[in-house]
Amino acid sequence: MAKEVAILGVGMHPWGKWGKNFVEYGIKACNDALDDAGLEWNDIEVVAGAETVRNGYAGYVAGATFAEALGWSGARVSTSYAACASGAQAINNARAMILADMADVILVVGADTTPKGFLAPNAGERWADPDWLRFRLMGCTNPTYFALYARRRMDLYGATEEDFAAVKVKNAKHGMANPYARYHKEFTLEQVLESPMVADPLRLFEICATSDGAAAVVICSMEYARKHNVDPVKIRAVSTITPTYPQTTIDMPYFSTDSAAAVEEPALSFKDSIAQAAYEEAGLGPEDMSLAEVYDLSSALELDWYENIGLCPKGDAEKLLRDGATQIGGRIPVNPSGGLASFGEAVPAQALAQVCELTWQLRGQAGDRQVEGATAGITANVGLFGHGSSVICSV
Amino acid sequence: MTEKNVAPSIEGWFTTGDTPHLIGTQCKTCQTYFFPKQDLFCKNPACRSTEFDEVELSRTGKIWSYTEHYYRPPEPYISGDDFEPYTIAAVELDKEKMVILGQVANGVAHADLTTGLAMEIVVETLYEEEDTERTVWKWKPVTD
Repeated sequence: MAKEVAILGVGMHPWGKWGKNFVEYGIKACNDALDDAGLEWNDIEVVAGAETVRNGYAGYVAGATFAEALGWSGARVSTSYAACASGAQAINNARAMILADMADVILVVGADTTPKGFLAPNAGERWADPDWLRFRLMGCTNPTYFALYARRRMDLYGATEEDFAAVKVKNAKHGMANPYARYHKEFTLEQVLESPMVADPLRLFEICATSDGAAAVVICSMEYARKHNVDPVKIRAVSTITPTYPQTTIDMPYFSTDSAAAVEEPALSFKDSIAQAAYEEAGLGPEDMSLAEVYDLSSALELDWYENIGLCPKGDAEKLLRDGATQIGGRIPVNPSGGLASFGEAVPAQALAQVCELTWQLRGQAGDRQVEGATAGITANVGLFGHGSSVICSV
Repeated sequence: MTEKNVAPSIEGWFTTGDTPHLIGTQCKTCQTYFFPKQDLFCKNPACRSTEFDEVELSRTGKIWSYTEHYYRPPEPYISGDDFEPYTIAAVELDKEKMVILGQVANGVAHADLTTGLAMEIVVETLYEEEDTERTVWKWKPVTD
């Protein structure tokens, strides 16, 4: 089991398409997190930034960009990039510095400003880059992969288009009560099922949009929290593992899986192993969780996550959903924040936003979306190119 | 009208002719297969080999999953003015125990596919340049 660190403060900028510089969103989130922690900027010893790759040099050096914007204070900085898992990497780096006694209190921040439409690869002729080649040779977009997983659930487990739509309906309803969500609109099953088909069997309202947004988390040592007389939410685990060879599930942005002809495939799939590593580190299991925030890049993908994080056996996710277990008020609410269905994705901020939601839920501050009596929660996510991301927090 | 040249959209990834194959590599030490070709270092964590044989991969396999795309994807995909939905399949090769993506052959309906269906490699046009048809591998249901 890993030593604990404390979450002293959290803050977010609402998700949307605001058309502003990402730094502006990030500063708002930082100041909210500092206020929530009862700290001033000058109290912060390190800024751990999650990088955005769409906003030029300032985005590549996110840690320094926010340190400069808040006013050079001599703080150390770090910057992490792990695609959608960047926020978890930034938290993990901050946690490591605290556990190594290199710092007591650290500000972790991620913010993004995004373009419209499908995420496209970087420009130019890049014949050695699989992310470029998959578009050129196959027209293989991100929704391609989401759709492959969705269709496989239908053919193997009897999932229906109505099941996928029901995930969207649930998450949209949850998001109605979240002031930071981009969309505040309830959907009926019919509305989702009438939206245009994008990548069969997934429809427009079932595929996550890209958004602007920012999230920040102040973490500190348990001693520091006690000195500030706080009984904090604790980070019990941060899993940032990579796959174990051979990775036999087709994954973005690759053309193929690894071959299992010469080396037997591991007992757990990559996505199963991400949560397993987090549970082991926390000394907790799925049965201890009160809620989960998972990456619903598509509605169907949320069902895969139920199984990957151990909420039910393989093939039972549809039953869990149909029984209402994963809605607020159910046995194990999933995405009480509204999830990506209500937010759209702001890549470097999203894994941090998941942790903000756990914090509010575990403090009992989640308002109309509160999961009653929540004592522990898990986040789960994967970043492009093999970045696992799972954080477990508890009271 | 003169016939266009026909050339692969990428060199060295597949053979052409009546029975085309994808071209992969196999590690000389641990026998692991790779596609696209891996020829600098073996990705098996227990193997440090730097020597590989170029091999033709099995040209048939079974569908792992599939999807049909209704929207024009962004560049660098090249699509003409008359964009048509296209289907992509992930197909598992028995011998190599790996799943490989590819578009599905022209004229095959998405509704005719199902997980587990036997598929084979064909080579078809991906896009046309002024004087050259650029080809790519595609998956097509096996017909007896």
